[in-house]
Amino acid sequence: MGNWIYHPDKFVAALTEWLQQILGHPLAVELAKMAIGAAALAGFVSVLAMALIYVERKVAGHMQQRLGPMRVGPHGILQTVADSLKLLAKEEITPADADQFIYNLAPLVCFVASFVSLSFIPFAPRIQAVNFNVGLLFLLGVSAVGVLGVLAAGWSSNNKWSLLGAMRAGAQILSYELSATLALLSVVLFAGSVDFAQIVESQRAGWWIWRAPVVGLVAFVIYTISSTAECNRTPFDIVEGESELTAGFHTEYSAMKFAMFFLSEFVNIFIVCAVSATVFLGGWMPFHVGGFAGLNRCFDLLPPWAWFFGKVSALVFVVMWFRWTFPRLRVDQLMHFEWKYLMPLALTNLAAGAVLVTAGLYLFR
Amino acid sequence: MTQSQPDPAPPAPDYEDYFINMGPQHPSTHGVLRLIVKLAGETVLGITPHLGFVHRGIEKMAEAQTAVQFTHLTDRLDYLSAHINNWAWVMAVEQALGVEVPERAEYIRILMAELTRIASHQLWWGVFGMDMGAFTPFLYGFRDREKINDIFEKTCGARLTMNYMRVGGVVQDVEKDFVSDTRAFVAYFRPILDEYDTLLSGNIIIQERTKGVGILSAAQAKSYGCTGPALRASGVNYDVRKNHPYGLYPRMDFQTAVATEGDSWARYQVRLEEMRQSLRIIEQALDQMPPAGPVRAKVPSVIRIPPGRYLSRAEAARGEIAFFLVGDGKPTPYRVKIRSPGFSNLAAIPEIVKGWRVADMVTVLSTFDVVMPDIDR
Repeated sequence: MGNWIYHPDKFVAALTEWLQQILGHPLAVELAKMAIGAAALAGFVSVLAMALIYVERKVAGHMQQRLGPMRVGPHGILQTVADSLKLLAKEEITPADADQFIYNLAPLVCFVASFVSLSFIPFAPRIQAVNFNVGLLFLLGVSAVGVLGVLAAGWSSNNKWSLLGAMRAGAQILSYELSATLALLSVVLFAGSVDFAQIVESQRAGWWIWRAPVVGLVAFVIYTISSTAECNRTPFDIVEGESELTAGFHTEYSAMKFAMFFLSEFVNIFIVCAVSATVFLGGWMPFHVGGFAGLNRCFDLLPPWAWFFGKVSALVFVVMWFRWTFPRLRVDQLMHFEWKYLMPLALTNLAAGAVLVTAGLYLFR
Repeated sequence: MTQSQPDPAPPAPDYEDYFINMGPQHPSTHGVLRLIVKLAGETVLGITPHLGFVHRGIEKMAEAQTAVQFTHLTDRLDYLSAHINNWAWVMAVEQALGVEVPERAEYIRILMAELTRIASHQLWWGVFGMDMGAFTPFLYGFRDREKINDIFEKTCGARLTMNYMRVGGVVQDVEKDFVSDTRAFVAYFRPILDEYDTLLSGNIIIQERTKGVGILSAAQAKSYGCTGPALRASGVNYDVRKNHPYGLYPRMDFQTAVATEGDSWARYQVRLEEMRQSLRIIEQALDQMPPAGPVRAKVPSVIRIPPGRYLSRAEAARGEIAFFLVGDGKPTPYRVKIRSPGFSNLAAIPEIVKGWRVADMVTVLSTFDVVMPDIDR
């Protein structure tokens, strides 16, 4: 067991062996593994979203000199469970003039996009639902489908506020996707792979955030900013823009359909932070300092998945911190910021990265 | 980033594609204001305010009530300036009766009015933050307003609708620890104002979103009859407390907060400065206030308003509130006309938001700090 905690890859190997013993046929084993992976991921997503919502409310509470949820369960940990039950029990409302089919489909599109994106994230060695040799590219593509759900929701609700929100979403998410991708690409140059497992493996000597001199740090900052924008989080929450658009694209949604949007929003936060942790901060790789064997052994005491979740939690906290301290940008300022500052910077950074890689100028080679 | 600019070439004004109904149920209309907004994309081509959702006929009600009975209705005009509204009303009646208000009562009134002004601006500051999309200032504003509300609660039992002023003075003397409580609040709140600066004013996003946005020129402000911070931010140095002094304000040493730009940022700065000045006034009033004495002059138990016309004006948190009282010798007024600051201020908004975007409309609305019961009456 202790072996499995520190070496999840051995757990996967043992599981495969066991499945082979009882199922025999390799195809059946593959199918069983897929089913197990999907079930585990589904369970993880629901727990993750609840946990993140709870954490967000606690972070918000403490930043605002209050306690956050305290009533349901000790320190309110069951608050999100209660909220989910409430959302389940609420009435599903479809506006009379809404485009019924698209209206009902939109939340699913959003949710599925986030769910699928999650399957590429390596939580620990070999703990990755889909190990894909172009995982990073595929994740970027799939997560971009989410914006389609937002657009569809805003359009089909037949509500003017929703439409405004959806149009803002289209403009914003597509624009920021560019610099997010460019930022990731500059690290891909260094890592020499778009496979998540190999990107993590390439950081055995050091994390790309500082191993790629300056370029890594700049890319990390750009990715943090633009991924926040992609998640529609403050200061880029103009899509929902509560004080302007009441609730933006999901104004008309209620009950579980609203919960789907809500869920996918929080899963998205996790995904972008997980990508950031994987690409820039070494994923599940423990923090090692060359030449300090004793220190490195201390760091190894934490299992790889703990390193991964630790890094992701830190990043998630930063994103939440943004939300509770920043005001919202205006829609045109948002676009100016992306196209006049962030994008050129990301491009320059990519070019600089290319030069550095060609010259072989990076640390701990 | 570049200086904020209104849309240089909005579509022709006869463009009639997209009308949107902002309010009466909307998070940033602060009550039940309904704005019919004409949009071209995100650009505002024009807005038409629709009023009257909380019209209660307070002016008409005044004609059926005695002066004392009517005081509590003035709480319900601009509910965030209850003490000041009370004061303005009893001042009109005192003028009619020629009552001399005891000195201690005058100081209590000033203290209450300035605390009210601070409380109102605190709430505004928080709500402004929320309109800008920052939720945290809202709770900070409320945290500090709570301290003032506690003082009010100790003094008159109420936290929002005070009904504390009476013709000839105030209902009852303040509690024993009022002075120490208020001093403690002043000591507490001075540094907090700097915290406000670090939390919101220093933020680049706030500055980008308010500087140059929704400029109200001095001429426009005057022609619409704007008062209060909205007028002073446009460079017009007009404050009822200075220009038409009432109560014991002439004894107080304070500056009128004035800015010249007339944009949302100027209105923001003026309000923050007003809080600082109010703290100064409170300190002076606490120093000067006689430690004991009557707080209510002798007035007849049935107040018959002598025939004639009386006008009282006071500087409420949002501008000049004036009560025009016509008496005909009966206990109930013949006519009461209320000049509420919010109404005139709101009137200026449609003109200055043209060409700006939806988000700027919210900014401008927020920096004018409209309170709907004050406008609808």
